[in-house]
Amino acid sequence: MKPGYYFQSDLLQLLLDNLLRDGYTCIGPQVRDGAIIFDRITSVAQLPHGVSDEQAPGSYSLNHSTTSKYFDWANGPQAIKPLLFAPREKLWQSAQSVDGQISFKTSEPDLKPMAVIGARACDIAAMKIQDQHFLQQQFVDPYYRARRENLLIIAVNCARPADTCFCHSTGDGPFVDDSVDSNGADIVLTELQDGFLIEAHSNQGKKILKGLPLHDSTKQHLEESESIKSGASKQNRQLPKFDIKSRLFNELNDEAWHAIATKCLSCGNCTSVCPTCFCHSENDVPELDGKTSSHYREWDSCFSQGHSYIHGITIRSETSQRYRQWLTHKFASWFDQYGRSGCVGCGRCITWCPVGIDVTESLAHFEERRRD
Amino acid sequence: MIDAPPNPYEPHEAIILERIQEGPNLFTLRLKLTDQKLQDAYEFEPGQFNMLYLYGVGEVAISIVSDPEDSHIIDHTIRVVGRVTKGMAKLKTGDRIGLRGPYGHGWPMTESKQKDVVIVTGGLGCAPVVSVINYIEQRREEFGRLNIVQGVKHTADFIWKDRYDKWRELPNTKVLLAADVGEALWPWHIGPVTTLFDQLGFDPENVSVMMCGPQGMMRVVCDHMLDKNVSASQLFLSMERNMQCAVGHCGHCQYGSMFICKDGPVFSYEKIRDLFETKGF
Repeated sequence: MKPGYYFQSDLLQLLLDNLLRDGYTCIGPQVRDGAIIFDRITSVAQLPHGVSDEQAPGSYSLNHSTTSKYFDWANGPQAIKPLLFAPREKLWQSAQSVDGQISFKTSEPDLKPMAVIGARACDIAAMKIQDQHFLQQQFVDPYYRARRENLLIIAVNCARPADTCFCHSTGDGPFVDDSVDSNGADIVLTELQDGFLIEAHSNQGKKILKGLPLHDSTKQHLEESESIKSGASKQNRQLPKFDIKSRLFNELNDEAWHAIATKCLSCGNCTSVCPTCFCHSENDVPELDGKTSSHYREWDSCFSQGHSYIHGITIRSETSQRYRQWLTHKFASWFDQYGRSGCVGCGRCITWCPVGIDVTESLAHFEERRRD
Repeated sequence: MIDAPPNPYEPHEAIILERIQEGPNLFTLRLKLTDQKLQDAYEFEPGQFNMLYLYGVGEVAISIVSDPEDSHIIDHTIRVVGRVTKGMAKLKTGDRIGLRGPYGHGWPMTESKQKDVVIVTGGLGCAPVVSVINYIEQRREEFGRLNIVQGVKHTADFIWKDRYDKWRELPNTKVLLAADVGEALWPWHIGPVTTLFDQLGFDPENVSVMMCGPQGMMRVVCDHMLDKNVSASQLFLSMERNMQCAVGHCGHCQYGSMFICKDGPVFSYEKIRDLFETKGF
């Protein structure tokens, strides 16, 4: 790690105050309903101080941490995705006049600057994928774009991955590895025993650093950071090593899909917590005034019955077909569309699956079958 | 601040200039964008589609059937199959709807010039290729032999008899019709559409086969054409999947490495073959 800057933990509130003073709405991790969720914060007292998370297939719980750190947990069900790609939002409104004319009015995207603190390396990697999807294709999404241009990201390197994490094997974590100006995080923090290492990854980030009384980091700080990184890189799960892309497409009719489907409830929890899933449906809601109708979009899932519905036919009526659609897209055809896998190893789909289906196991199944 | 780009999800108002009842559950809306500038600038290729919006109900993807050269009017032939199309069927001349498009990639018209053309449609799937036939009709000497094959399940499903009669009169053109189930007064073939294939006239080395309709039918046509030594790259299919945004964002029409709305809806068989043969994609 390069030498950088260091500040004492008690300066964290100053960072927050500076952001609030500069007009940012600050979003950060906090404990609610037994999970780490991201919502508005104004004080470091709201952060999950001394809290760690215990994650396993189909299970999530919070405990007292053995340290007094703010970020001694892996992740919660959501982080950046809902801030940029809203779970439900109005796209436009139509109005019909008495003589039958129809007019359309764009719903203006929100332009308020927002700062999110506590995003993880996997979240940054996922956001870059969503950037590709919503901003770098033939059509640009104006809503995503407006929020993205107004989002400042203060990422915190992971010190304590969960049992379900496998970002090390996807190459997306546990430390934020985006180079300066790579359009990812603006600031990256590493939480040490008594303070933080801080690095600016963008010009905006550099400006914010200037407002803080920082010290040069010492050799000890960097050593501590390196040891956190190597510790956090030792993860219990990993992606199988075989060529997943070609294997999945070669095994489209494999029995394994049915075996997984006997467990899968087709509930869509995995796609809801996945930081890269982008499916959404559109629907029109007539307003009570009888003169206008609002057109919304909301998150949808390829596990829903309606996702593949077309004039009387459900293309994927079987759960096995839906699971195959999800897995082959995420781990195979995603490469053709976005140049990489759609999985960043955050493990959320494993934790939040109500029956504990482990995606790394699902994939490994295709390897085992080849050895038969 | 940078100029905000136009909202790709927002429709424009269009007026129904004429409504034609084509069959029991099939109707055509002849539309014009009410903003004359937009109408003048509107261009499309045969095989592309628009998103049509019924006020207060929602949007639906419908292919364009009019001639691309006719800049005054945009025609859509619509089958009543769901909530939006059921509501649209009740619209009358002078009513307004929303329209955005055109979207996707259409039929390979330029690449098919100087080649024989075989058009195979099934069920009520003929609408997306009407613009192809019109296009060839307007430029008849630029194409080789034209074969138009339409299969229907029941004879009552057959629409546009006048058009087929007219197409039959075109030079160097064959029109073949078949119904799976024969009924009284059906003068054409009874049986699956493929049983007509021996009557087709085309050079396997120099042909474009364009098809549209149920996937099972298209699969049978592809198998037959491959047997006749037509290359998979010369077989073109118009694919249908759930579409909500039409701009490659909503994910419903994801098909392997493609999104049908923006990479299709017309694909060469070569490109989609692997997935096409697997149920549930």
